[in-house]
Amino acid sequence: MSGAKADGCVDALLEVRDLRVEYARSTGPVRVLDGVDLTITPGESLGVVGESGVGKTVLVRAILGLLDPPWRVVSGTVTYRGQNLLAQPEPTLRQLRGKDIALTTHEPRKHLNPVATIGEQMARVVQAHRQLSRTDARARAIELLRLVGIPDPELRLLAYPHELSGGMCQRVVIAMALAHSPTLLMGDEPTAGLDVTISLQILNLMRDLVRDFHSSLLLVSRDLGVVAHYCQRVAVMYAGQIVEVAAVPTFFAGAIHPYSRRLLRAAVAATSDRRGTLSSVGSRAERGGASCPYAPRCPLCIERCTREAPWLDRVAPAHWVRCFRHAEIAAGLEAP
Amino acid sequence: MTGTPLLAVEALVKHFRLGHGRTVKAVNGIAFQIERGEALAVVGESGSGKTTVGRCVLRLIEPTSGAISFRGEDILAMTAEQFRARRRHLQLVFQEPYDSLNPRMRIGRILNEPLMLAGRGAPAVRVSRVHDLLDMVGLGRSFIDLYPHQLSGGEQQRVGIARAIATDPDLVVLDEPTSALDVSVRAEILDLLVDLQARLGFAYLFISHDLTAVRRVCQRVAVMYLGRIVETARTDDIFERPLHPYSRALLSSVLYPDPTREQERFLLTGEIPSPIDLPPGCSLYARCPWARPACDQSVPPLEALLPDRDVACFRAREENGIGTR
Repeated sequence: MSGAKADGCVDALLEVRDLRVEYARSTGPVRVLDGVDLTITPGESLGVVGESGVGKTVLVRAILGLLDPPWRVVSGTVTYRGQNLLAQPEPTLRQLRGKDIALTTHEPRKHLNPVATIGEQMARVVQAHRQLSRTDARARAIELLRLVGIPDPELRLLAYPHELSGGMCQRVVIAMALAHSPTLLMGDEPTAGLDVTISLQILNLMRDLVRDFHSSLLLVSRDLGVVAHYCQRVAVMYAGQIVEVAAVPTFFAGAIHPYSRRLLRAAVAATSDRRGTLSSVGSRAERGGASCPYAPRCPLCIERCTREAPWLDRVAPAHWVRCFRHAEIAAGLEAP
Repeated sequence: MTGTPLLAVEALVKHFRLGHGRTVKAVNGIAFQIERGEALAVVGESGSGKTTVGRCVLRLIEPTSGAISFRGEDILAMTAEQFRARRRHLQLVFQEPYDSLNPRMRIGRILNEPLMLAGRGAPAVRVSRVHDLLDMVGLGRSFIDLYPHQLSGGEQQRVGIARAIATDPDLVVLDEPTSALDVSVRAEILDLLVDLQARLGFAYLFISHDLTAVRRVCQRVAVMYLGRIVETARTDDIFERPLHPYSRALLSSVLYPDPTREQERFLLTGEIPSPIDLPPGCSLYARCPWARPACDQSVPPLEALLPDRDVACFRAREENGIGTR
């Protein structure tokens, strides 16, 4: 049942089915992704939210086939335009990365080579999937830097990454990600660590560019405020699973999963002047057991939750929740 | 309230020499006061000098010039030993909870250490004080034998707070105490900070890049940009109506978790200039939508535009429709 289709869309651009990833430790493997289902349609912006450690970054890297040991994909499929990426050899993936699917991370400086100029790195990226002369590559690099709002791009080509601010480095990485007009742009916390006035500029830039290129956006974030304003659909992750999928207006008006509701309450409390009404520190999530991973922290936990794992159930068209009590919650059940 | 404030900072300047004749002008002449039991926020983005201000107040670095008095005493004139004797009145909570705790010490010992250094009573008295501290920050006594790595980020920060309040300080400097934490934990820590202050009556200097984080904790806010205070106000007032263009941009950058909320987008363009080559006039000049050529000529002074409201902007009066007196 956990492999149920997370929405009714037929023409998916990317479809992740029952993806399971483990991390090898001396004491045995740890289940990091535990049956993730996700669909992205052409032109849509999907936000994946969850706190640190729920597996958001691993999901993005698994999609691109970038997981090396001790990480290991155990099972599942990642279907992009009809082909399962997990079954493709490395050369085929190389053809896709950066060209069809591009990634920006939360550490733009780590993305860039510290001993090469921005110009050299940009040229390498634009020449990766296209035959371009040096002159043409340089012209394209300047064009891309201008597109992401970098002033004096000709001068910046000569700069090294350490000579640029964090916001500038993020713009360079976004320019690289857009070099081949990808059909899917994935942003892994693209504004974490940036100043607020700069991060708004970056988010607006990504939104506008995705719209102009008719691309899809997968935005991984811990910040529900970002998702509220820059995504059309939201998927909440907890302990390596998707626990709720909904359209953004539906979600913010009526999230159902107890973890989603907790995240939402916390986000509201963190930005308001009123006190939050949050229960205190919870215990660690249980992964991969025969119970609901959220049960130890859940205020609505019943006996069934501790002996059986819930599946992603459809509660309304395009609204899916992994909780036994979703019907009661939708009918008004509140935490005691 | 007595005549002397708990903390008074006057004309504080801190420049860092880089060599080759270059200088980072981190703090360029700022002044503020904190009364006993008050919570003041210093808010600004990276490079605004907010952290440097906190370090100067704690005398972790020596200011280039200026005066800092704490409990009526000039702390810059003190010898290291004299200052150490006052240290227990002036404590700090760090941004990275894990990095600020000794990984080889159990929580009990981490909390015992400041009590020992302050010469607080016999071992048995200190043990009961450690129990009380753990209760106060909502952890409970079972944490006493744990090591920091066995705790979650939120729990580690609670230990950091317990350590800071162990010696009954008058002032606690909070350096981004919630920015390394997950959202659900952030709100809990902010509530804890409010509760502790209400019960124990110390003052806070809350340093943050995030205006929403300081909202529930602080009564007053000072907004910093490139080493200067550009606006001071009561917290409610600045959320209601920011007067300085930079405060306004900061506030309109807040993304509330509500897709239906229509929000003013007061956007700045471009990047924060380098504190090495400060512009001659207003430091916001190149990014400001209100800028006029005159703004680039001299630095706008911090002036009282309204009661309890100081703003450093040549254009603020006109743009906000405030008449001259």
